[in-house]
Amino acid sequence: MLYIFCPHCGLRSQNEFSYGGDATVKRPALNKEVSDEQWNNFVYNRKSPRGKHVELWQHISGCRQWIKVQRDTVTHEIFKTVEANKEI
Amino acid sequence: MGQNFRLANLGLINRDKKISFKFNGKKYFGFEGDTIASALLANGIHLVGRSFKYHRPRGFFGAGVDEPYAIVQMVRNKETEPNVRATEQELFEGLDAKSVNCWPSVNFDIGAINNFFNKFLPAGFYYKTFMWPKSFWYRVYEPFIRKAAGFGVASTKYDSERYEHKYEYCDLLITGSGPAGLAGAYTAAKSGARIILAEEKPRFGGSLLTSDVNIGNQSGKDWADKIIAELKEMPNVTIKNRAQVFGYYDHNMLVMSEKVSDHLPKSKKFTPKQRLWYVRAKEVLISSGSIERPIVFGNNDTPGVVLASAAKEYLKVYGVLVGKKPLVFTNNDSAYETAIEFKKYGIDVIVLDTRINPKSEIIEEAKDLGIEIKFSHVVVAANGYKKVKSAQISKLSDNKKDLGKIEIIKCDCICVSGFWTPTIHLSSQSGNKTKFDEKIDAFVPGTSKQNETTIGSANGIFNLEETLKKSFEKGQELAKKITNNDLKISVPQVSEKKSTNHDKFWCVPLPDKKNYKRFLDFQNDVTVSDIELALREGYRSIEHVKRYTTLGMATDQGKTSNLNGLQLVSDVENKVVPSVGHTTFRPPYTPVSIGAIVGREVGKHSKPTRKSPMHSWHEKNNAIFVDAGIWLRPRYYKKGNEDLFEASKREAENVRKNVGVCDVTTLGKIDIKGPDAAEFLNRVYTNAWLKLPVGKARYGVMLREDGIVMDDGTTTRISENHYHMTTTTAQAANVLSHLEYYLQLVWPDLNVNVVSTTEQWAGAAIAGPKSRDLLQKLFPDLDTSNDGLPFMGYVESKLFGVTAKIFRISFSGELAYEVNVESDNGNYMWEKIMDIGKEFKIQPYGTEALSTLRIEMGHVAGTELDGRTIPYDNGLDGLVSKNKDFIGKRSLNRKAFIATNRQKVVGVVPLDKKTSIPEGSHLVVDENAKLPNPKLGHISASCWSVEYNNPFSLAILKDGKNMIGKKLFALSPLKNKSIPVEIVSSHYVDPKGERVRS
Ligand SMILES: [Zn+2]
Repeated sequence: MLYIFCPHCGLRSQNEFSYGGDATVKRPALNKEVSDEQWNNFVYNRKSPRGKHVELWQHISGCRQWIKVQRDTVTHEIFKTVEANKEI
Repeated sequence: MGQNFRLANLGLINRDKKISFKFNGKKYFGFEGDTIASALLANGIHLVGRSFKYHRPRGFFGAGVDEPYAIVQMVRNKETEPNVRATEQELFEGLDAKSVNCWPSVNFDIGAINNFFNKFLPAGFYYKTFMWPKSFWYRVYEPFIRKAAGFGVASTKYDSERYEHKYEYCDLLITGSGPAGLAGAYTAAKSGARIILAEEKPRFGGSLLTSDVNIGNQSGKDWADKIIAELKEMPNVTIKNRAQVFGYYDHNMLVMSEKVSDHLPKSKKFTPKQRLWYVRAKEVLISSGSIERPIVFGNNDTPGVVLASAAKEYLKVYGVLVGKKPLVFTNNDSAYETAIEFKKYGIDVIVLDTRINPKSEIIEEAKDLGIEIKFSHVVVAANGYKKVKSAQISKLSDNKKDLGKIEIIKCDCICVSGFWTPTIHLSSQSGNKTKFDEKIDAFVPGTSKQNETTIGSANGIFNLEETLKKSFEKGQELAKKITNNDLKISVPQVSEKKSTNHDKFWCVPLPDKKNYKRFLDFQNDVTVSDIELALREGYRSIEHVKRYTTLGMATDQGKTSNLNGLQLVSDVENKVVPSVGHTTFRPPYTPVSIGAIVGREVGKHSKPTRKSPMHSWHEKNNAIFVDAGIWLRPRYYKKGNEDLFEASKREAENVRKNVGVCDVTTLGKIDIKGPDAAEFLNRVYTNAWLKLPVGKARYGVMLREDGIVMDDGTTTRISENHYHMTTTTAQAANVLSHLEYYLQLVWPDLNVNVVSTTEQWAGAAIAGPKSRDLLQKLFPDLDTSNDGLPFMGYVESKLFGVTAKIFRISFSGELAYEVNVESDNGNYMWEKIMDIGKEFKIQPYGTEALSTLRIEMGHVAGTELDGRTIPYDNGLDGLVSKNKDFIGKRSLNRKAFIATNRQKVVGVVPLDKKTSIPEGSHLVVDENAKLPNPKLGHISASCWSVEYNNPFSLAILKDGKNMIGKKLFALSPLKNKSIPVEIVSSHYVDPKGERVRS
C-alpha cells in the first residue's frame, strides 16, 4: 500500500485516497472551438508511461483536496506531491 | 505406548504439564510446549500422511515453517481446520488431528497405487492427460483430481472465531529474533527508537536455542533470554512471538500474522484467534535466518529422513530423539553439531560426509567423541517403506560422479544437510534484486530497494561472531538515522567452533539399473526425473519449469526445494545457477488464514450500515428493508399477510388516491455557497441556471465529459449565494468529488465552496392529492396555496417549533412536497406527519411503491441513467441548453450521439395486460428469429401500474422516437418468457404533468 504525502495533511496511507488519472491533461476552455481530435484526446486518450507519471489523487477520507503526485509506475516510488494549483 | 523417544531433563518444554491429544483417533501424551510433530515423534510416530501425487508414506522433515509434508486436519474448539502444519501447531489439551491425503487410512492408502503406476504421472501429467474429451472434465477428471489431490477439507460452517486487524507505525521492524535480530533490536531500542520485534516461533532466540555457543560469559540461549527480558521492559519496544511477517509491500508496509490463540484449546473471551498487523516501518531489519536444504538421494522422502537441523531442534528444544540409530549425511560442518548432540546423550551415530578430507574444529571434536565418520561417502537410497530401516551407502569418486560398491547399514533415521539457504523472501518482495553468492551456492539480497537491511544468515553470514558484530553495527546505524542518537554498544565476546567450507555436492547419482525416486519438492511430489523431462520437452524459463512441474508451488512455497531445483536446471542446461535465475518470491511467505485477512469485516461489519433518523420508526411499523448502497431503506411496510406486490400496490394506490409519506433522507445533499455559485451550476448542469430566483428549485441534469448522463436532481436557491443541491442516493459521493475536481483543478478562479450535508438533514416526501391539506395542518401559518407555494417553490417554516425547509418538488408525479428538518428532529417530524396525516388516510410508502410511481410517470432514474445513455436517450434533450457551454457538451455532437435512429426511453405494455415483463428482457421483432436474435432494446424498469391496473415497463429502445404503437416481443431467456408487447409513450400517467402543478 502506497504512503502518499498530502501537502495539506502529511503522510497518509493509500486507502484514504482515490485515484484521478493523468494530471497533465488540460481541459479545453469553455466556449472555445476545439477539433474532434483535440476533444477526443482530452476525453479518451491517455499515455501509459513506464516510469515517471504525474497523476491526480484526491484525499477523499481526509481534507478532500485533489493533489498532484509524481510517481514511478514501475517501482511505485513517489518523488513529489504538490497542491492542485501547483505544477510539478 | 509411552513417550519412548523422549529424553529425561532435556529441552524447553514444561514437563509439569502433561497434555493428552488424539492423532488419527488414537490417544497420545505430550507436554506443554510441544508441537504436534515433537509429541508424535516422542511417541515414535513418524508416519503422518501421504504424499500429494503418489500417496507415498510421509513423515516429518523439518521442525518449523519449512516443513513440506506434515500437514494435518485438526479439530479445535469443535471447528475443523485444514492444512495445519504439525511442526508449528503447539499442543493443547484435547487437540484432535488427522492425516490428510489418505483414504481409507494412513497405513493403508488406496491412492498409493499411483506409486506403482507412476510412469503415468510424470511432469505435466494433468496437462497431457486431462485434455479430451471435453465432457470428461466435469464428470471424470475434476472429481478424480479433487479427491486424489489436495490436502485438507475446509469447514462449511460459519467461522465463529474472532480475527482482528491492527495498524501500527514504528521506527524499526525486526523480523526474527535470532542472534542477528536480537543484536539489531537491542541497539536500536537502547537508542530510543520505537521498534517491533517479530518472531514466528513461540520461543525467542532462533538458532541460539539449539547451538552450542557462548556469548560473553553465558550460553547463547541465556544471552538471548537476558536480552529479551530487558527489551520487554522497555516502553519503546513491542515484542511479538507467534508472529510471522509474511509480506513486504510498497513504501515499507509490511504485513504480519500473529497467531494469538491457536496454541490454546479455545480463544479467551475478547481475544482474537489471530491478528493481522499492517506495519508501516521507517526502517526494516530482516533477520529471518536461513533454512537448511537437503541433499537429494534415492527414496529421500521415506519417513525418518529429516533435516539435520530439525533433528537437533527436536533434541534440544523438545528432548526428543528422531531415532535411536541415526545416520548423519552432510556436505558441510553444521550437521556435525547434530551428531555431537546425539552422541552427548548416549546415542551412537555415523556421519557420512561427501567431502574428501575436511579439517575443522568441530570435525575434530566429533572424532574425539568417538563418532564414526566416513568421508567421501554418500547415502544412495533409503530402505524401508513406512519408516527408514537401513541405508544404502557408497563411497563417492573424487570427481563426485561415480559410486563405488553399495553397502547397507542399519539405521532408523537419516539426518541430512546440504548446507543453508538464506531466507530472502522479504528482501526480494521489497524489490531487492537478489544476487547469487558462489561461496554459499545460494541467493543473497543485493542493493536495498526500500528501507530494508538484511542481516545474519538471511544475508548469507553463517558465523556468529560476524553476525553479532554486523548486526550491532546495523542496529546502531539505523537507530542513529532515526533518532539521531549515536549510541555505541560493545559487541560481546563470542566463542564458537570454527568451520570449514562446504561441498557443492547436492544430488547423489543413481546406481546402475536402479530407478529410485529422488524428490526435489516433497510436498508436490516433484522428482529429479520430472524436471529432466520438462527440460527435454523444451521448457527453459525457470518460471515455466515451475508451473509445468509444480516445483515449489505447494503451501511450503518450495522453502526446501527451490535451490536444488535450480541446481538441477543449471546442471542439465550446462548453465550456472545465477543465469537460470530464481522464480519470483511473492507474499505470503507462509499460508495466511482467510479469517485473518478478512478480520472483523464479516457479517454486518462487512460494510458500514447507514440508517436514517427515522429507522427505528420504520422497524416498529413492520418495514421490510432493502439495501440502497450502504443505506437501509424501507422497501414496503407489511400489513398482515401481504407480500411485496400487494403491499407496494396498496402503498402506491394510496399516494394516487390520498396521501403517502416516504423517507427520502438518503438522497445526496450538497451545500453550495459563494459569489460564483450560479456560474458554477451553469457549467455543471446542462440547462440554464443564471436566472433561477431565490426561493425556487430547478431540476438539473449533469453529464460527464464524454456526454453520458452522470446524475440528476433538483437544486434550490436558498439565498443569493447559497444553493442546496440534491443528488441520487447512489451518486452522492461521486457528484461531490466531481464538483471538487472542477473547483480545485479546472476552474480554481471560481469562488465557490461545496460540502456534503446528506447526514445533516432528514427528509420526508409527502405526496398525493391530499398533501396540500396535510401540509397546511403541519404548518398553519404557511400560505400553501398554489400562488403562495407554487410548483418548484421553496420556503422555510416552523414545524411545531422546529425549523423546516419545504420544497414543492415531486418524484411521484402527484402534488407533492419534501420537508427537511435537522437530522436530530427527523423522528419528531415523521411522527407529526403520521399523526396529523391520519385524518387524510396517510400511509408510509417504501422504495417499491416509489419506483412504481416514478415508472408509470416515465421519470427516468438509475436504471435508465445507467452510465451508457445521453440526455436524448432519456427524453431529457429539452434540458440541454443551446446557448451556453457546460461539462460534456462538446461530446454531444459525436456522430453516434446525433444519429437519427438513436435509442430512446419508451413505455412498454404487454398485449394481454396481465403478464409482467422481467427487467432486462430484450425487445425483438421476431420471437423465433435465428440466434443471436437482433436486439432492439432492453426493459430497464417494470412495475404494476396502479393507475391502469396492468403491468407497465420502461425500455431503452433503438429509434424509440418512431416506435410508438409498434408491436414487439419482450424475450427473457433467463425466465423462459416471450411476451408480445406494444410500445407506448414513457409518460403513461398524466403526460401533461397537470397534477404536480395542481
Ligand atoms: Zn489531505
